[in-house]
Amino acid sequence: MDKEQKPELICPAGTPASLRTAVDGGADAIYCGFVGPTNARNFPGLNFSLDEMAKSVLYAHDRGAKLLCAINSFPTAGRTDIWKKAIDDAISIGVDAVIIADIGMADYMSKKHTNARIHLSVQAGASSAESINFYCERFDIKRVVLPRILTVAEIKKVHDAIDCEIEAFIFGNIGMMAEGRCSLTNYVTGLSTNMDGVCSPANFVHYEEDENRNLTTRLGEFAIDCIGCGQNAGYPTICKGRYNATHRKGYYAFEEPISLNLTHLLPDLIDAGVTALKIEGRQRSKAYIKSVVSSFRSAIDAFAKGETPDISDLLALTEGHKQTEGAFLSKKWR
Amino acid sequence: MKTKLIIGPNLYNWDPEIWRDFYFKIADEAPVDEVVLGEVICSKRAPLFNGFFDEVVERLENSGKKIIFSTLAEITSNIDRRLLAKQVSQKNIFIEANDVAALLNINNTPHAIGSYMNVYNEEALEFFAKNGATNITLSPEIPKSAIAELNKTAKNLNIDLEIIIYGRIGLALSARCYHARAHKLTKDSCKFICDEDPDGMDLTTLEGREFLTINGIQTMSYTCLNLANEINDLQKIGIYKFRISPQSKGTIHASKVFRNLLDNKIDKSEAMVLLEKEKINAPFSNGFFHGLPGNEWRV
Amino acid sequence: MKSNSHFSNSPFGKQKANKDKANSLKNLLPPLPLFILQPLLNHIVSSVAKKHPELFNRLGDSANKVFLIDPSDLPLFLILQPNPLNPTLKAYNQNEIIEHDTYICGTFATLMQMIDAQSDSDALFFNREIRVSGDSEAMVALRNALDDMEGSLAKDVAKSFGVLSKPVLLAMQKFSKNSGKENG
Repeated sequence: MDKEQKPELICPAGTPASLRTAVDGGADAIYCGFVGPTNARNFPGLNFSLDEMAKSVLYAHDRGAKLLCAINSFPTAGRTDIWKKAIDDAISIGVDAVIIADIGMADYMSKKHTNARIHLSVQAGASSAESINFYCERFDIKRVVLPRILTVAEIKKVHDAIDCEIEAFIFGNIGMMAEGRCSLTNYVTGLSTNMDGVCSPANFVHYEEDENRNLTTRLGEFAIDCIGCGQNAGYPTICKGRYNATHRKGYYAFEEPISLNLTHLLPDLIDAGVTALKIEGRQRSKAYIKSVVSSFRSAIDAFAKGETPDISDLLALTEGHKQTEGAFLSKKWR
Repeated sequence: MKTKLIIGPNLYNWDPEIWRDFYFKIADEAPVDEVVLGEVICSKRAPLFNGFFDEVVERLENSGKKIIFSTLAEITSNIDRRLLAKQVSQKNIFIEANDVAALLNINNTPHAIGSYMNVYNEEALEFFAKNGATNITLSPEIPKSAIAELNKTAKNLNIDLEIIIYGRIGLALSARCYHARAHKLTKDSCKFICDEDPDGMDLTTLEGREFLTINGIQTMSYTCLNLANEINDLQKIGIYKFRISPQSKGTIHASKVFRNLLDNKIDKSEAMVLLEKEKINAPFSNGFFHGLPGNEWRV
Repeated sequence: MKSNSHFSNSPFGKQKANKDKANSLKNLLPPLPLFILQPLLNHIVSSVAKKHPELFNRLGDSANKVFLIDPSDLPLFLILQPNPLNPTLKAYNQNEIIEHDTYICGTFATLMQMIDAQSDSDALFFNREIRVSGDSEAMVALRNALDDMEGSLAKDVAKSFGVLSKPVLLAMQKFSKNSGKENG
């Protein structure tokens, strides 16, 4: 890998303090969203006011980092003005790109802000060269964030068949369902992941621990897992829960609580033509950002120098204290 | 405007003979105007029905029903891509796109947009209309207020909105096959075990409560969507195309009940009584329409 | 929504919580003289509120909630009411009945690490070092609001004691360390 190939490290930020932590830790770009339903991590206490976002752009730019603004939920008819204003605001304060999922908003942005960079959000679920090329053709998108369902070999083929940059996730939570196409939360809570930017909203999550420290996690009325004493917990999402099926009882029907960690596949991803390496976790704390960003900063720099990095163990920050290379390593994951 | 009933794509892996006979019966008995054919869920399943496909098409056409050919809902692997390329290259067929990938090569040819595509707002609707879409089936999670707003735009653009009114609700798609996973297999080595469950595989909570249904890579509701009580509201909004999703039991029965309901031959309470008589073993739900949790039933 | 009694909204139950306490060595200690502790807590809250007014924006509606903080290795409960007009942090003896919306429990060291953003609270939760129940939304909002504060809360608080800042910080660090050891 020569220097020109050195990929960008893209880090999450849920608050201005996290953003500064990521910039200081060596992120090449930070992605974050506005307070409210316009982004797919609409969590209580998280995200940026316009003023905070503007200050964050300056903070990042002063230190040579970029800011990517995620406006990546799907506005419902009758309220697209909120999303359009978010796009206009982001452009006016000088963000380096807007991460878009909704085709209507991509259309809006490509017409109104012709020189601005559109990155296609993972929420758009563009998982084939055909789909990505359609977005490139129509909206001149500059980068696609790939869904976490392709093998490295498949990413290489996609790369060879498209005209825009690829951003791929390398660390963090892995949602099991095709992004931007999941109504599981809405089925249970009446709030929609696509329309409201919430997955397993906290006000519907209840933890119940019995005297033996068995922890039942409930979303609305439904028990989505029961974690025995001494077992590690995961995110309280439907796709990380345990259920009973006819032939299999008490199993993780979709996926275990586990985090993606592609440290060992980084050279392969870069060879496959990935431009930007993305860390998941806008909902995570500064402490998480600090340790993940610095680990991957040194790993990428070491790879760029032709060295094999000594990567500190990130296991403590993973969900359920387990990590996986997920779909990236082999088709067998599917 | 005359109301139209549509039989949506069959989402399950049925025995090919049963699949054929189902569509023969639809052709002969169901008072519906259009039928959507084609594999939506899994490219591995598609060849299973090839042997009977032409017969089914012929029988449906002879019965005067319009046929729409659906694409896969998720295009990832090379098998998916080959199947899609084959579908969109066929001339003189009307395609329902369920993944953006399908749009790359059907530009400006009139086509439909299926319920697996995200059309939540006026701008998206306008974009798809300008790209050649003439019919859009909305995601079942979109509530009444948004349907009403969308239909105003649809009318101006001269395109039809279609609403799914009956059948289990598709809630999520994945690259991973959860049917295979339940049998400790993978998608590539699945042995087509999804054919064990003609209405999908029940998933209950650890407390024993019915919750979800697994259909290959798709996760569906346990409940069966039923908008019999809401048909009037939908018609007032200006919707006149209604879709029924096939199930192993009661599909043709439901098409007759809804036809009579739309023709004002029965009222909604009579329709409800009739629909209860022949259905899969799952409760009805209508929550999404009312902006409530999708599993709920609002009287 | 406040629960009627101490733990009606909590899975632990009042008796259970007390039993937990009874099992710990700390519980053999006599109750803390809260009248000494309370002025210190008042000082902490007012200095944090003064230095970080933006914290309340992040809390949103959750600023009106009542948080019961249960250091599992100390014979007391803390009640936090982060109301922007009158934020309070009060100590109670563990056998008192306190209405609350959200319950959080962990060793004093763990709670301090979380509040000071030295540890990732999701990781602490996955690891089951902290337990939460009740209003999860308020809990998440509080976590995120605290996480957005720059620097070290412990240092800020210590600094606010002026000439006494160094000994206060040392005492806090020592206390936090010891607490961690005994529950490690």
